[in-house]
Amino acid sequence: MNGLAIVWDAKDIFFSGALTTLALIGVCLALSIPMAMLAYMFLSESPTPLAKFGRLTADSLRCVPFLLFAYLVYYGLPELGLRLEPFAAGLFTLVFYNTAYFFEIFRTQAQAIPPETRVAAEAFGFSRIKLYQRIVFPQLLSAAAPMLGNQAIMVMKDSALLMIITVEDITFAANFVSANQFSPFAPFVLAMVLYWLFSLSIDLTVSRLNRNFTK
Amino acid sequence: MTAAAYLTLLYGAGTTMALSIAAIAVGLPLGLLMALARWRRLPIANGLVKVYISVMRPTPMITLCLFVFFVLPTVGLDLSPMHAALLALVLSTAAFNCEIWRAGMASISIDQLEAGAAFGMSDWQTFRRIVLPQLWRVSLGPLVSEMTLLIKVTPAVSVIGIVDITRAASRIGAQTYQPLPAFIAATVIYTLIIAIVVKVQRLLEGRIAQRYGYVAS
Repeated sequence: MNGLAIVWDAKDIFFSGALTTLALIGVCLALSIPMAMLAYMFLSESPTPLAKFGRLTADSLRCVPFLLFAYLVYYGLPELGLRLEPFAAGLFTLVFYNTAYFFEIFRTQAQAIPPETRVAAEAFGFSRIKLYQRIVFPQLLSAAAPMLGNQAIMVMKDSALLMIITVEDITFAANFVSANQFSPFAPFVLAMVLYWLFSLSIDLTVSRLNRNFTK
Repeated sequence: MTAAAYLTLLYGAGTTMALSIAAIAVGLPLGLLMALARWRRLPIANGLVKVYISVMRPTPMITLCLFVFFVLPTVGLDLSPMHAALLALVLSTAAFNCEIWRAGMASISIDQLEAGAAFGMSDWQTFRRIVLPQLWRVSLGPLVSEMTLLIKVTPAVSVIGIVDITRAASRIGAQTYQPLPAFIAATVIYTLIIAIVVKVQRLLEGRIAQRYGYVAS
């Protein structure tokens, strides 16, 4: 009872925390997936050395822990004369970091696309843009859907680390309430339930999209 | 950065490595046990493991660390930060390892198990002689990927006061008022550790391909 009352009293903090986390996930997905698609398109059309360089960049980014990268951005950008709010810096980190992962997903899943479809499209005289728009990306997105869903959950888990650079997300709310009320159980359980619900809705969206694609 | 600062970072690297290795050493067999429970459809355990994995998959490591560190003492289980961090890492990695082992088990055909039974092998013998030798080869790649993911989430344990690479770097940054060089050095250390793990995986895969004639993926 006590725990429930504590959480109820702090509902505003949790609500804004949930909104912050949702905004981070939403904006990150909306930006990094298209950016990864563009990067994939650009790098598969560019000459080998450039493509290799792109792959190397993405690979080395994937070796860096997210929190370290967030610190680098948070402390590094001011040195370059760009001072960002914690939320903006966090969002920038999240988008940039995950673009590398989404790019890698597209790159590996592209091997599942039968090469004949591309050849056929070229034979039909598709322009480069139309080829990607009509032939490559529809197949790529449907093949990669489950992995995109997994990565979306990773985005959510990464976003929690941003509380360390004082982004006020769900984990921040749970920690704040637990520290102020000396009662950790209810706030942290609520945080975990919220994350769990978000992940369920991501899984549900992916299976919906997958059904639409395969129709 | 001074030599002492580099020493602090290396000391933090030792902590990160020790935590990761301990979590892997406990998490691998624990995941295997849970996967077996699901594979054999043990009545209650199957459902429990399913719920456990569904909860662990979306929980961020930092939230889990704070949960373990702050909530368990309220039920009378006092944990040092080190033990709390280890517990959080194991809880998370065991769940992912379980899913990997389970996917590997699904790739082994029922016929082989039936053949084992026909030769009069006990369940344990079938598992040890038929399932396990194939299982670890199929699961190696995904398991190593999970290990690199584990190393990459270890910075989260710095939030409960463990002086790992990340916390060592932020301490140096606080002392010298120059956080950037410390974090760059820390990033290099993490990248090296992860690159070594991936390299070992490639070597092992090469050995497997040589010995058994196919590459586990």
